[in-house]
Amino acid sequence: MATKAAKELPKEEFILPGTRSCAACGLMLTYRHSLKALDPGKTIVAVPASCMTVLHGVYPITPVKVICVNNPFAATGAAASGIVAGLKATGKAGYTVVAFAGDGGTYDIGIQSLSGALERGTDFMYVCYDNEGYMNTGTQRSSASPAGAVTTTTPILAKLQHKKDMLRIVEAHRIPYVATASPSFPLDLYDKVRKAKEIKGSRYIEVHAPCPPGWGFPNKDLIKMGKLAADTAVHVLYEIVDGKFRLTSRSLRLAEKGGKKTVADYVKGQTRFKKITEGQIQALQEFTDRRWYEFMERHQNGRS
Amino acid sequence: MGKKVGIEVSIAAAEAVGLCDVDVVAAYPITPQTHVVEHLSELVASGDLDAEFVPVESEHSAMSVCCGSSAVGARTFTATAAQGLALMAEIVYIASSMRLPMVMFLSNRALSAPLSIWNDHSDTMMVRDSGWIQVFCENGQEVYDAIFHSFRVSEDPKVSLPVMINVDGFNLTHVIEPIEFWDKEMVKAYLPPFRPLSKLHPDKVLSMGAFGMPEIYAEQKQAHDVALTSSTPVILQGWDEMAKLTGRKYSAVETYRAEDAETLIFAMGSICETSTIAVDKMREQGKSVGLVKLRLWRPLPMGDLRKLLAKAKDVVVLDRSIALGAANAPVTSEMRALMYHEPQRPKIHCMIAGIGGRDVTPDDVVKMVNMALSEKDYEYHIYGVRG
Repeated sequence: MATKAAKELPKEEFILPGTRSCAACGLMLTYRHSLKALDPGKTIVAVPASCMTVLHGVYPITPVKVICVNNPFAATGAAASGIVAGLKATGKAGYTVVAFAGDGGTYDIGIQSLSGALERGTDFMYVCYDNEGYMNTGTQRSSASPAGAVTTTTPILAKLQHKKDMLRIVEAHRIPYVATASPSFPLDLYDKVRKAKEIKGSRYIEVHAPCPPGWGFPNKDLIKMGKLAADTAVHVLYEIVDGKFRLTSRSLRLAEKGGKKTVADYVKGQTRFKKITEGQIQALQEFTDRRWYEFMERHQNGRS
Repeated sequence: MGKKVGIEVSIAAAEAVGLCDVDVVAAYPITPQTHVVEHLSELVASGDLDAEFVPVESEHSAMSVCCGSSAVGARTFTATAAQGLALMAEIVYIASSMRLPMVMFLSNRALSAPLSIWNDHSDTMMVRDSGWIQVFCENGQEVYDAIFHSFRVSEDPKVSLPVMINVDGFNLTHVIEPIEFWDKEMVKAYLPPFRPLSKLHPDKVLSMGAFGMPEIYAEQKQAHDVALTSSTPVILQGWDEMAKLTGRKYSAVETYRAEDAETLIFAMGSICETSTIAVDKMREQGKSVGLVKLRLWRPLPMGDLRKLLAKAKDVVVLDRSIALGAANAPVTSEMRALMYHEPQRPKIHCMIAGIGGRDVTPDDVVKMVNMALSEKDYEYHIYGVRG
């Protein structure tokens, strides 16, 4: 059953005050709501070297009340596979193994170990928090960075290529659950993590995690930026359960009631797009529209 | 006492891993390691071994799976060689630094390029500073016995470090030898259940592998070094206990006709057996030659080695890998460093031999000793290079 109001979310917090993450961190909020859905007493988290490592604290202090193993950048899918295999081999049932990796650790360096884990049908959940760049090392370009974004490795011309369609790649593994989410829609995020927790096999959730220092917008606009991404269909909220596609939350409403905003509305509030040309905005709009119409069509097909 | 069978060394090693009732095996195929993991996957698939076999998509993932499974307290095994170890190297350091017990069967093979699937020790030397326990084996029986010993040492709470068993690719992995098997009772008496120092379990919240700031990194490294160097008594005790069970007594360093020898050949791995024949030949010619066989490469048994080497006039190290641009080769380098401050020290000669699978016969060993004794400089020689 869908959660209807924020007051229905569990009160207990699993991330204590005093983390080392930046103010208004989209990942931090994502992690906070996800842990509420996960039952941390029965959860083991695998984390690559990333913003997540920083969030998890510096030895010997951690602000997070969940057990965690840090693994190298490329290894998240495999490290989680090892935890799953070890638990199974030693007869420990009822645990959820969750990997939390960024877009660099998922789209780029971690794609091989993730694909291996999905192909083997590893019984675990993988959450990719997509902040569209290597934010922990100082905002370098990743294959998840959108076209037109200035990063520290695309400083002059901005990024010339569109974002990789990682979700399609993940979907091609035909795993039982694929979903997208956003910390700006916490109830949708919470419900998806909770649903994924109950499913056996490999589950993948990709969360669009706005990053104020990396994208260049004021801290106060974190939630607004996530909502704008959904309202423009730059980020589309959906889930695919056993191959059956459906739009959810704000994206569902957008499909039913219309009112989609333009990409121009989205890029103007972020300094990373300061060099974007009219032509690039147009290309980004076409890229966004093409995906959006595909999703609407799949949503219709899923219903019929 | 178990029965003696003629069997390929790799298959015997896999049988030993099975007898240890391993929980998780994660491996990626690479020659000449394949027979070990193929046989293990057979044991798992047939139901003879109740374990998880994780057929990963790379060696990087193999070692990552091993770290994950060891971290939750599962008895863990992997096997690899050369390029596989190179790809793993990032995680190899992490496994030992996070004090995660596991056993690796390394079928020693040359590093590319040129592409070579044949034997030398360049792979293991690449990770000699990674903080693993590293042992070498001379023959199939030693490989088989080393599996039980390695799990016992690795998982001992006083040690809690991964162990790498070095097995010469093809020269040892693919030969059929008479091997005396253990039975289940022997394994039960010898190898206690795995009870890790700390493991990931939601009942006791902990983080593994967190950020270490400059204030803690050096302390962590010293603690690791102390853990590794202090593992020697446990390693030796493991061999003592094995002697009681099997009658076979292993030591960190062993010798052959070395008591009164003026010249000592110094070797590791299967080349030791070749060298014993060379020693016999030279003894027949009235030459005062003996052999030092080093089994325990890490932690280096420094006291034993100093005592042994100090008695000789010349030591001829047969190095099975090359360190390009270095003062000499890895094993020679350590022996020279070890003896430098000793009041009485031998001349230590460096013979790099048998790299990339080049055969080394007993006659080659004799030639190398003669070359070393007549050499004017004491740098290094790559033996047998055609002009």
